[in-house]
Amino acid sequence: MDQFVLNWIFIGASFVLYIGIAVWARAGSTSEFYAAGRGVHPVVNGMATGADWMSAASFISMAGLIAFTGYDNSTFLMGWTGGYVLLALMLAPYLRKFGKFTVSEFIGDRFYSPTARLVAVICLIVASITYVIGQMTGVGVAFGRFLEVDNTTGLLIGAAVVFAYAVFGGMKGVTYTQVAQYVVLIMAYTIPAIFISLQLTGNPIPALGLFGNAVDPATGADSGVALLAKLDQIVTELGFNEYTTHHSDTLNMVLFTLSLMIGTAGLPHVIMRFFTVPTVASARWSAGWALVFIALLYLTAPAVGAMARLNISQLMWPEGTASEPVSAEMINSDEKYAWMATWQKTGLLGWEDKNGDGKIAYFNDKDADKVAAMEAAGWGSENELTNFNRDILVLANPEIANLPSWVIALVAAGGLAAALSTAAGLLLAISSAVSHDLLKGQLTPNMSEANELMSARLAMAGAIAVATYLGLNPPGFAAQTVALAFGLAAASIFPALMMGIFSKRVNNKGAVAGMLVGLVVTLVYIFLHKGWFFIPGTNSFTDADPLLLTIKSTSFGAVGAMLNFATAYLVSNATEEPPEEIVELVESIRVPRGAGAAAADH
Amino acid sequence: MSDKPETNAYWATNIKIVTWCLVLWALVSFGFGILLRPMLSGIAVGGSDLGFWFAQQGSILVFLAIIFFYAWRMNKLDAEYGVDEQ
Repeated sequence: MDQFVLNWIFIGASFVLYIGIAVWARAGSTSEFYAAGRGVHPVVNGMATGADWMSAASFISMAGLIAFTGYDNSTFLMGWTGGYVLLALMLAPYLRKFGKFTVSEFIGDRFYSPTARLVAVICLIVASITYVIGQMTGVGVAFGRFLEVDNTTGLLIGAAVVFAYAVFGGMKGVTYTQVAQYVVLIMAYTIPAIFISLQLTGNPIPALGLFGNAVDPATGADSGVALLAKLDQIVTELGFNEYTTHHSDTLNMVLFTLSLMIGTAGLPHVIMRFFTVPTVASARWSAGWALVFIALLYLTAPAVGAMARLNISQLMWPEGTASEPVSAEMINSDEKYAWMATWQKTGLLGWEDKNGDGKIAYFNDKDADKVAAMEAAGWGSENELTNFNRDILVLANPEIANLPSWVIALVAAGGLAAALSTAAGLLLAISSAVSHDLLKGQLTPNMSEANELMSARLAMAGAIAVATYLGLNPPGFAAQTVALAFGLAAASIFPALMMGIFSKRVNNKGAVAGMLVGLVVTLVYIFLHKGWFFIPGTNSFTDADPLLLTIKSTSFGAVGAMLNFATAYLVSNATEEPPEEIVELVESIRVPRGAGAAAADH
Repeated sequence: MSDKPETNAYWATNIKIVTWCLVLWALVSFGFGILLRPMLSGIAVGGSDLGFWFAQQGSILVFLAIIFFYAWRMNKLDAEYGVDEQ
């Protein structure tokens, strides 16, 4: 069957499934809309959290991020999983015990301050909107690539599907569609990975294959050489940095990992998933299950990255780097290279025989020694694999491994599932902040249950409209905003939540001062390096030569968090103690007993 | 509740468990994965060294163990102090 038709069938079937779930899981109350009625099984919630968390970036880009840099980008692997330890040990059980609907509501109540709640709402909305832009553009791009519709149409179809299950189902609809989306995305990720691992290492489990021996491409037998050793050898022969060694600055690497961890634990759309489980004990288990489902992809991603990089490097030098590069004619005629022509059309891959010798030489032409060696060998002074986008490692994997067309269609559906599930989670965080914190909490406190449910649906519809608009007209800074989202979550939200639980002494003034200091200093630091409001040319420093030691703006969230803690501590100790009822509130969230009662209030 | 020594002892035990778990969390990621990697470079693991393995896989596996241990230990502690949900 035609690939194009298969893509439509797989994506169409997955969308019918999501909408079917939406019809089945409609939300009938605010408790169902905000927290799925608090009846979600911890394993089910763990799976939904996995889809909620793993975005288009995790699915499409992470393997490539690791593949092109090697060891230094292990920061993403440790950072994006280590945050779940903080979440499980320091936030999730207590916030579940608190038993309300939004992250900002906890901050407002614990610090008995509408100002604190408002600051938290602003951070939450800015972090979530910047994050959702990337998901929406991802949906448009995935449609464009696999279904040959233009980005705008693709984005509108995606938005309509999210509308169907998020507006009517709220958290309840989103939870069960996220479970379905998790299943689609993990199959789409692991099936091609298993095949490429079998081809390159003979081991069906990619995570084990990564540390196993490579298979000799000519004979198919064990070569006796470790895959990583072979990869190190071939990339250095081509003039690139050795894969497994440490090249980047250590201080920045530590702070970047820590910022990703704290930011992960502070992202509201992840935290609010833990409001949906029935008990404190199940919130603890559920965080573990979430990491199990996330780890299935995160343990596979570094294997996919390393194997795909080795595979492509070997394809470009079929007889080894000491021999000659692949010929342009071979790329055009040999079926092993057929995927290259397919992906050239998408603009993710490009090659050009610059010196007209009929060969396509792939090497690092920024390395002077390598350029001299290549010139001496007669392959020219320029890298002729002119365009090698990192996203291709995951997207083209099934074609490179010569897998059947249904696997390609599955990867298309998987990429869309990853983008849609994260978008829905973020939109839910935004709409509940608007309806529950701003409307019900500040403007019209006497709103009835039915009216609040209606306003939650309207807020969701509005959030989808804004996200769709921003996805269609992405601001030029879209690529940089993930740093912003993590920076805000790390510097403002996480410390406020943690101090609210672990300290009885931090008061309203301390918390507000801490959040503002963390927020403002982090924002200014990012703007100083990326440009004010991300306008190019207005930056005073660059990440290559940062203001403070070697700390890049993407790694500053951890510093912002420390400033937040220090400010809150100093200001609180200089001002009055929190009132007695706040001390009692803190004591009550520290023990699980009574969590059911908190849920029954709603 | 601050007058109840029982609850205070429960919380103090919790803090102790969290602290040890976080020490382990930092040791495998920032420690073995980054800062202590040069010291572990003699231990070969599949074409690279132990530090590389911790950075790419080991830390994630230890994170999983920490979270499940904490859930099990705390649910037991809740029962010991009679503060579990009924």
